[in-house]
Amino acid sequence: MADSSNHRAAILGSIRRSLGASESLSAIAQEYAAIARTYTRSSMSSAIAVVELFEDRLREYDAGVYHSSAGSVADAIAEVLTARSKKSLVIPAGLPADWLSKDFAFGEADAFDAYRLDKAEGLLCGCTVAIAETGTIVLQNAPGQGPRILSLVPDYHLCVVFADQIVATVPEAFDRLKATSDLPTTFISGPSATADIEMTRIKGVHGPRFLDVLVVEEAKA
Amino acid sequence: MSEVPAQTAHWNRQDFPAAAREMLENSQTRKNVQHATNVIQAKRNKVTAEMPDWEDLREAGAQVRAHALRHLDYYLTQFEANCTRAGGHVHWASDAVEANRIILGLVQQHQAKEVIKIKTMTSEEIGLNAHLEANGVRPVETDLAELIIQLGKDRPSHFVVPALHMNRQQVRAMFQREMNLPDLGDRPEDLATAARTYLREKFLRVKVAISGGNFLIADSGGICITESEGNGRMCLTLPDVLISIVGIEKVIPSFRDLEVFLQTLPRSATGERMNPYNSTWCGVHPGDGPKEFHVVLLDNGRSPILADKEARQTLQCIRCAACLNACPVYHQTGGHAYESVYAGPIGAILTPQLHSMGEGRSLPYASSLCGACYQVCPVKINIPEVLIHLRGKVVREDQATFAGKFSLWNIGMQAAAFLFKDASRLAMAERIGQIGQKPLVSKNGFIEWLPLMLNGWTQTRDLKAMPAQSFRDWWAKEKAPQANSSQRNEMGHDG
Repeated sequence: MADSSNHRAAILGSIRRSLGASESLSAIAQEYAAIARTYTRSSMSSAIAVVELFEDRLREYDAGVYHSSAGSVADAIAEVLTARSKKSLVIPAGLPADWLSKDFAFGEADAFDAYRLDKAEGLLCGCTVAIAETGTIVLQNAPGQGPRILSLVPDYHLCVVFADQIVATVPEAFDRLKATSDLPTTFISGPSATADIEMTRIKGVHGPRFLDVLVVEEAKA
Repeated sequence: MSEVPAQTAHWNRQDFPAAAREMLENSQTRKNVQHATNVIQAKRNKVTAEMPDWEDLREAGAQVRAHALRHLDYYLTQFEANCTRAGGHVHWASDAVEANRIILGLVQQHQAKEVIKIKTMTSEEIGLNAHLEANGVRPVETDLAELIIQLGKDRPSHFVVPALHMNRQQVRAMFQREMNLPDLGDRPEDLATAARTYLREKFLRVKVAISGGNFLIADSGGICITESEGNGRMCLTLPDVLISIVGIEKVIPSFRDLEVFLQTLPRSATGERMNPYNSTWCGVHPGDGPKEFHVVLLDNGRSPILADKEARQTLQCIRCAACLNACPVYHQTGGHAYESVYAGPIGAILTPQLHSMGEGRSLPYASSLCGACYQVCPVKINIPEVLIHLRGKVVREDQATFAGKFSLWNIGMQAAAFLFKDASRLAMAERIGQIGQKPLVSKNGFIEWLPLMLNGWTQTRDLKAMPAQSFRDWWAKEKAPQANSSQRNEMGHDG
């Protein structure tokens, strides 16, 4: 690709001509570190208030909100699925086995074939972190969450969020995400939506049209 | 530097005043634009007001973007190294011709006859769809609004909601025709469902996708894309090959910087606390997403803008379009009047600069300088300041040409400058004006018509006639030392 390297040199050359002499790496790092970040990093709210705010935001997005204690996740999931008339769900590898009630069929989607997922009734998974202020769930390619296609193609998504996974602010979430920033990461705030037609918010265009969140009121084991 | 004429962000049919006049005559479009911008702006004001640290976030965002631009070569090469290490391929394109060549080459390498696309302004900027079509590849827009634009052979008029100039009846009529759905209803739900069915088959089948990028992340080599519908996620994860075309200015130093922009961008763009979906990824990840990933870094007139220190801030833009929604000029004209992919106040400063001031020279004047765009900008681009700076540039460039130097406009302005330089000259001009205006003043005391280029002012407004006594004269008569009073009195009664 001799051509492309010519363009690379041309662009970098043009940038350098425009900017003048470049500075040392340490000067750049120093300048970056000096950027004023006086915005709010963390919230003073109590843990209970943070969970409540998260749930309020989810309801505003028209997501379903359910509760469970750590010992009865499987029962709570079964209840949600019964309410939604679902019989079988796709699950990612590494999902805790004690979440799965034997009254339902849970299939590990090993092949992740898009056509098969398109026919699936829905997905059950966990998350990496959740943000109360914006009602956001963050999924990464990790055990119990799986590849991005899982939370995308099925029309129904049930996500289990433990209370200690919920932070108040966006910067707090980034504090937790920085170690794994190279993983494929998806921030989900409610079901898929569009406002392209007369600015009316419509649920579900291409992603899952239905999102349920099961909040487990104790810390993740 | 390559001197290849780039395909343009500027549609280049006519200048802003002519195009705006055309748009103003379309009352349906104006109604649709005003409705949409009012709705977004009200939502935006509500969700920014609930953030006590909003101004701190704006300041941090502005500083991060300005810093990245000041060291753009460093951060781009850092991005390149990290993206490559993660299994991505980085290409550099000086202009639209090269970007189109690279993308078409990649598409042909995979024998794809069809590609799915996420809404991307850079691809509009380089005219990618036309280039693909001319070479036998069918691009399918998957964003609902872009699909509407594509099926209607229309042009985007806003870069967050490109089809906001159309209402539901217009969209329905087009879907009925283009998707062969005669019984389609006109509820937004019906239209969204039609689009879902139409596109799902393509998401599952098509093997090559093309996207833009909201942010290039230097320290991880990753890309971030923000969206609502999930069509973006479909394109980013289902096909075997993903090609992202991104302007070189979109780089941010660190993944952590997203904590700023993921707060300011959605609130500014759509008035939501967070948009439904954000995706970040680095290169390729086995078992998750495309097997092959390419980034095309597009210059196309951006790097020379960095040299102009006053105008460089233009490149801080994160394409939220808040300035469009806040702009009283955009409210009236909509996006098409700007004759550019980039409409509104940011388009008015970006478009002419992307073309080294050669095209879109009327755009810096497409503003009342009210400052609303600066007030809402989440990265604090001082658009009014840049508008004035660019107006100065246009004038100086015009004055440097023979035709410009001797144009009526320049002569008039030079004359005005001469008069304003000295109080006695101005006083004399006032007196001449008082006499000269007489045939133009109508019975109601207004001037309804002015000759020559002054006619532009009176086409849409009446001008109050100059008073018989100027303030200067009044001051001299009432307040000046007694010694001169008799002489000045005489002059005061002159007109």
